[in-house]
Amino acid sequence: MMQGKEKLFGRPTSRIDGVAKVTGAARYASDEPVAHPAYGYFVTSSIARGSISAFKLERAKAVRGVLDILTYENVGNETQPPKGPDGGPTTTTLESNRIWHDGQIIAVVVAETYEAAREAANKVDVTYAEEQPSASFDSPGAESQPHKPQRGPDPKKGDAANAFAAAAVKFEAKYATPTQHHNPIELFTATCAWDGPKLTIYEPSQFMWGTKNSVAAQIKIDPDHVRAISRYIGGAFGCKGPNPRTAWVAIAAKRVGRPVKLVPTRDQSFTIATYRAETRQHIKLGASADGKLTSLSHEGWEVTSRPSGYSVAGVESTARMYACPNIATAVNVVHADRNTPGYMRAPPETPYMFALESAMDELAYELKMDPIELRRVNDTQMDPVTGLPFSSRSLMQCFDQAAAKFGWANRDARPASMRDGEWLVGFGCATACYPSNMGPAAVRLSLTPDGKADVGLAGHEIGTGAYTLVAIAAARSLGIKVDDVTVRMGDSDLPPVMIAGGSNNAASAANVVVKACEELRRRIARAAVTSADSPFHGTEADNLSLSDGKLVDPTGKSEPLSKAATRTGHRLEVYAENIPEGLPGTAVADMSKGKPTMLGGAGRKDVSAFAFGAHFVEVRVHSRTREIRVPRVVSAFAAGTIVNPKAAYSQFMGGAIWGLSSALFEDTEMDLGSARYINDNLADYLIPVNADVPSVEIIMVSEKDERVNPLGIKGIGEIGIVGMNAAVANAVFHATGKRVRELPIRAEKLL
Amino acid sequence: MRPFVFERAADLPQAVKLGAATGQGETDAPTQFLAGGTTLIDLMKLEVLRPQRVVDLGPVRASWTGIDFTPSGMRLGAFAKMSTVADDARVLSQFPVIAQSLQLAASAQIRNMATLGGNVLQRTRCPYYRDPSWSACNKRVPGSGCAAIKGFNRNHAVLGVDDTCISQYPGDFAIALIALDAQVELTGPEGSRRIPFASLHAPVQSQPHIETTLKPGELIVAFQIPAGAWTRRSLYLKVRDRASYEFAIASAAVALALDGETVREARIGLGGMAYQPWRSQDAERMLVGRPLTESGAAAAAAAALKGAMSHGNNDYKPELARRTIVRALLEAKALQVTGGAS
Repeated sequence: MMQGKEKLFGRPTSRIDGVAKVTGAARYASDEPVAHPAYGYFVTSSIARGSISAFKLERAKAVRGVLDILTYENVGNETQPPKGPDGGPTTTTLESNRIWHDGQIIAVVVAETYEAAREAANKVDVTYAEEQPSASFDSPGAESQPHKPQRGPDPKKGDAANAFAAAAVKFEAKYATPTQHHNPIELFTATCAWDGPKLTIYEPSQFMWGTKNSVAAQIKIDPDHVRAISRYIGGAFGCKGPNPRTAWVAIAAKRVGRPVKLVPTRDQSFTIATYRAETRQHIKLGASADGKLTSLSHEGWEVTSRPSGYSVAGVESTARMYACPNIATAVNVVHADRNTPGYMRAPPETPYMFALESAMDELAYELKMDPIELRRVNDTQMDPVTGLPFSSRSLMQCFDQAAAKFGWANRDARPASMRDGEWLVGFGCATACYPSNMGPAAVRLSLTPDGKADVGLAGHEIGTGAYTLVAIAAARSLGIKVDDVTVRMGDSDLPPVMIAGGSNNAASAANVVVKACEELRRRIARAAVTSADSPFHGTEADNLSLSDGKLVDPTGKSEPLSKAATRTGHRLEVYAENIPEGLPGTAVADMSKGKPTMLGGAGRKDVSAFAFGAHFVEVRVHSRTREIRVPRVVSAFAAGTIVNPKAAYSQFMGGAIWGLSSALFEDTEMDLGSARYINDNLADYLIPVNADVPSVEIIMVSEKDERVNPLGIKGIGEIGIVGMNAAVANAVFHATGKRVRELPIRAEKLL
Repeated sequence: MRPFVFERAADLPQAVKLGAATGQGETDAPTQFLAGGTTLIDLMKLEVLRPQRVVDLGPVRASWTGIDFTPSGMRLGAFAKMSTVADDARVLSQFPVIAQSLQLAASAQIRNMATLGGNVLQRTRCPYYRDPSWSACNKRVPGSGCAAIKGFNRNHAVLGVDDTCISQYPGDFAIALIALDAQVELTGPEGSRRIPFASLHAPVQSQPHIETTLKPGELIVAFQIPAGAWTRRSLYLKVRDRASYEFAIASAAVALALDGETVREARIGLGGMAYQPWRSQDAERMLVGRPLTESGAAAAAAAALKGAMSHGNNDYKPELARRTIVRALLEAKALQVTGGAS
């Protein structure tokens, strides 16, 4: 009998790993002690396109302590080229002398110390055959082509072009979002150690089984011989998946016959990993005079590398936000001499919802309508593209609760009408959304004789509170204390779970853990009803549940768990797998081969599954010098069952702050002539400091979702960032009367 | 980073002796003095500065950290921490522009490490200078060209630049010093001397690798800031992308002596705008003897930016600078100043 989910979740719980993290006891990948390591250091290209004509390594090799230098000349044929984030081709590194992008890894120096490796790396002399690179959209030589949709054709319905032509009110505009980088504080480290044929990799990975399989495939060894370990991850945000770097560290370790530890620099991290590509977007909205949408067209252009067709294609989400009978979408990729982009917190929605939610605000002004009311008249409980019901959708509850708390009623709708001394004041709002995904998962759960639980799964603690979430799910299901659950994660020797992406972890992990706990309860209960020494002998096993450290029946009769459990043996162990309905039966097997599958959003056949939210922002723009400051934010989200409100609050708040950052600060700037990044460090790549976010209030709107998954959990890791950039831009317009359609919004755009 | 000799100077005379090879104001001289280290260590890690010898001034510091007031002004030891001076109540009330320029600079952590003397010698933040993988930078490699002129130059200078370098002086404190006619006390192999702060930094003059007028072995030991009727009515206005821990995209250090509505004396320093710490005496002259009005301030601001030269991404700067000056002047005018002169 599955216990009521209300009983399972919803109590604010402090992180079980919090003390370890703040005291430094938590061991991150590069903290793992390995015996007698050598140290690696990357050499990266200083051109964006061309080839290497020659290496001169004499000066580098003369540095004391240098053990080896890997280049395409000595190791180029030792790996299979890596796969891009879409599974397709991507840029290479040491495989050949080809340079695809600025800062490409072209050599690995291995030395006795980090300092020697770094000094030698700086003394590697490279001669290039340089070619003129294309940096971005407008660069000569950049090639645009329609993207290849990953899941069927881009959303389309009715006849958007004709409906637009016939619309009573029309609005049309172009928007742009910049290149952005994740910049997790923990860098992209990798430590590789061989023991005979077996390889252990310590690396921050948000997909343990993916890292294991991809490195094995790249260096052509049996994946069973590879173990990936990453017990804690200092921020991932999408950039810490399988990658082309680690294989070279493994090869280096084999060549020098000892473990190799490699910690790249911050500026290298801008080019050796993925990023959020810049986009351009074109939106057309047609509406009736009372604000009902009659036509929505959304087309996007995204930059990618030369070989990769990777796109985020956020029209998959924007097409489903509002009721509209005529929808047309398209996405194009623009190939330039850049590294391949990849997932970054809400990869599709962050850029694409900026355009849609800015356009909705602009349309509201055209219609002389309150922007909340425009969302209300176009709200729907049915996916406008497929006609399927949303598993649940509480968008307007989010708007109404956040608006009340924010004081939206105090807004004077006229642009540039509100003022506080020398500061112009603006209010803005926007919709947030994110698909509710779930993936396959496996777990091993044991109950020890002292009545405590041990849960093992190859999950990923990327800072979201994953250990605690698993502990809560197990503790509540088994009727024991959170402190009595030991959670082991971050090791590919544990049962596989999905990549920590698409906000799937809470739903995937909680559902499989609860399933394992139920199996465990069933075994204890069955042993009890068939044992003469049990108070439940001869009763119905399904009537027994676990609560408060006891096995109990509905009459209140009970037996201590420690007694009930030992009846089945010294230690009771359950292995469970869970595959969400709609995914193939091979999903766990595929995942264990490094192939992730996930179901959610508009990919389901029964419902359309999304979480929704609303952001409200107050901005202040100085009337003379035009600095933009954001004194307060109120955001509301409805995301089904909240497992741990304490962690959830932080997730939502962190997301909203990052959204603010994506509106006002973040922009990886380029030297367009050379296609090289300019501000590749944390001093010049701006993110908000505390003084930039004085007040962020989060409302968790209660929502019961019976259809999204058995526990009603929608992921919350990414929704917080979505739409925030538009809310800020909308508030800036309200404050100044100036519409900025190209992020980030900075003082010079308002002069 | 590469190997280098690290020496600790026991006292000032030894420091001057050990530093005799600090070069004639070159940015990458073979010997570098180490005070707070907040610029030097960064640039060494980046391989921008490659000294063969680093002379640690640690033991010298204690004798040069004073904040002393005399009837004629204030003397600040060059080894005082930025945070110490920023937090000093007397500095804040008598020379608000000095305290504010320090308070608004960098982060609390950096202000607790960095010294005043090191701060005024802070190197430019030009990304092409700070990353040796760019081959063209006349400041780093004389004669190699300037990648910023046709490159990304959003926060590059528009005043005092030439076609060899458009890098921007990034500091705040120096803007207040130059506005207030500060003097710099130096000690070197040939003894001590005093120079106007305005002549400490070398103009670009086609040799951007020469950054100061300091002679080999010379150390800044103190700053003297004269008091005047204008010093209390002073402020530092810093316009920047985020609220803290960020360099200015425009800033103004202003000080006013008012006679009713009429300006008796005016001082205007301009930051985030020029190749070196910048004072606009043209603008000051336009204000003196007249009532300070919005249009008067705007005219002065226009004069301050005369001759500004932008290169694309920094085209916004002159307009932002004019607005910054106007705002700073009007805010200074509105200040409630108590005690002493207006």
